[in-house]
Amino acid sequence: MELPCGTFNERYEQDMAIFRRKVHWAWFIIACIFLACLPLFAPAHALTVVISIAILLVTVMGLNILIGYCGQISLGQAGFMAVGAYSSAILTSAYGLSFWLALPCAGIIAALIGILFATPAAKIKGFYIVLATIAAQFIILYAIMHLPSLTGGYAGMDAPPPRLGGITLDSPRSYYYLALGIAGIMTFFAKNWNRTRLGRAFIAIRDNEFAAETLGVNLFQHKLIAFGICAFYAGIAGSLWAHFMGRVSPEHYTLIQSVWYVGILIVGGMGSVVGAIFGTIVYQLLQEGVAALAPSIAATFPGIAAGIFAGLGQLIFGIIIMLVLIFEPRGLNHAWTVLKTRYRLWPYTY
Amino acid sequence: MTVFLQLLLSGLMTGGVYALVALGFVLVWKATGIFNFAQGQILMVAAYIFWAMLVQLSLPLWTAFLVTLLCAASLGLVVERFALRPMIGQPLLAAMMVTLALIAVLEGLVTIIWGSRQEVLPDFFPREPVRLGSVMVSQQLLVAFAIAIGLFFIFVLFFQRSKLGLAMRATAEDHQVSRSLGIRVSRSFALAWVIACIVAAVGGILLGSINGVNMNLSFLGLKAFPVVILGGLDSIPGAVIAGLIVGMLEKLATGYIDPIVGGGFAEIFPFIVLLFVLLVRPYGLFGMKRIERI
Repeated sequence: MELPCGTFNERYEQDMAIFRRKVHWAWFIIACIFLACLPLFAPAHALTVVISIAILLVTVMGLNILIGYCGQISLGQAGFMAVGAYSSAILTSAYGLSFWLALPCAGIIAALIGILFATPAAKIKGFYIVLATIAAQFIILYAIMHLPSLTGGYAGMDAPPPRLGGITLDSPRSYYYLALGIAGIMTFFAKNWNRTRLGRAFIAIRDNEFAAETLGVNLFQHKLIAFGICAFYAGIAGSLWAHFMGRVSPEHYTLIQSVWYVGILIVGGMGSVVGAIFGTIVYQLLQEGVAALAPSIAATFPGIAAGIFAGLGQLIFGIIIMLVLIFEPRGLNHAWTVLKTRYRLWPYTY
Repeated sequence: MTVFLQLLLSGLMTGGVYALVALGFVLVWKATGIFNFAQGQILMVAAYIFWAMLVQLSLPLWTAFLVTLLCAASLGLVVERFALRPMIGQPLLAAMMVTLALIAVLEGLVTIIWGSRQEVLPDFFPREPVRLGSVMVSQQLLVAFAIAIGLFFIFVLFFQRSKLGLAMRATAEDHQVSRSLGIRVSRSFALAWVIACIVAAVGGILLGSINGVNMNLSFLGLKAFPVVILGGLDSIPGAVIAGLIVGMLEKLATGYIDPIVGGGFAEIFPFIVLLFVLLVRPYGLFGMKRIERI
């Protein structure tokens, strides 16, 4: 493949473009066509995996705006996802709202709850924020479990599948386009976010709060906005997940899930959309790999069969997070960039 | 009145256990500036190891106890050496995330090895409660309480009188300065982790004997967060006093708020306290006011 010796921008549009070169556009269009045609030949299980990746990507993308761009750490993402999932399920099943209205509503409700809990969190620094978001996570889940009249309590509740015209999107094949489409839109916004005034303010806050403040960035307000956007993404992802599974129950939104979302972001690389995509794919494929391998491992070591399904994925991904933090703190995205540069410059070092 | 006293006293006793767990957090924070989110999981692992020694390998009580402490200490050493030491000088999120990943690793290991079963330790404290005036106290909790208080005094002495303890405090204050004074910073770190893990192991054994050995033991680590924040992250007396306060508040909430909201309120009440403390006094009751506010 022919590669340029440099990218030269002669116009502002070139400088601002996301896809800088024709080859990028070509790859992008090929990827789009591939993804669009996938349901025609792929088995339903593969589509389920892709849908899970897409939904997970939305929530991780939101977290990326908060952690990667704004530098505020949150361990409450699963809780905000639960808010989105439940509000969407309640709005559609109890109030008969259409899914297409419930989806943005779920995002907005989650964002409001996120801002509510961010109010104490945004006043404080560093890891104290983490504790505040952990508190949010527990309080949200407690509220869900102890309002059985509204949420079905521990048992959970049904979320009817969305309808589009005369089609009911209740199979992986039909849900695929919905999930991927929304993931695409959310990715587009996430990618462009750091190019707006607000996004640049977030980055300024991340790099140096004091300097950002002297430049006229209202720290408290911007942190609240960042939490709100992050929770909005979580709410959209939660709603998508609820209507995909057809059911919401509290055990999908526990603290360890929140830890995974941050872990995915770290494995992929913070502060970049590509990183979030890498991390999500690695996580989901690992889960699939463990699910596929577990029966054979269980057959080899019958003594530990009971725990292998639940424990192995957790163990491996935990170790992966640690290894990435120790050896490649900037994540897979950085490793990928290094690899690309090496390939371009080979056989020279620079 | 009796109900109130009963709640207060049982809260005080539960608070002793919280204090014990919170001590582990404070120790690691004081020496290394890292908040070890996996403290509760270390406690759970120790409880499982103790159960395995005592029941599966049927070792005598004291041998099992010592072996568990030894295992916990080596776990602390391994974690410090291979996971936390590369994090020195890394941003806050990295060090924090390592301990969060440790949660997953430890829980995964326990599920694989012991299959997240519910196990029961043989009784080694008498089960029947003690009567103090008009109120009843469980003897197990009384022992846990006594151990927490005992450990507290030992740590206070250790950090104020012993050379090692002073060195650890110096390390917490400033790495460069303590290096120039001839303190081995890495050894202080390792020591802090070993002590914290041993404390967690003691807590795990006590709690395992009270509640049974299961995965929920690690939840106690989470419930100790509010304690640590209320007491101040770098204060050992703070951990103990806040442990007792949170324990009492929790029991009072169980007694008086649960009937209104329909049960289980004690699970999240400490977190509401946590949010409140973060809003009003983020450095806690006895912590150093180093935290910057906007």
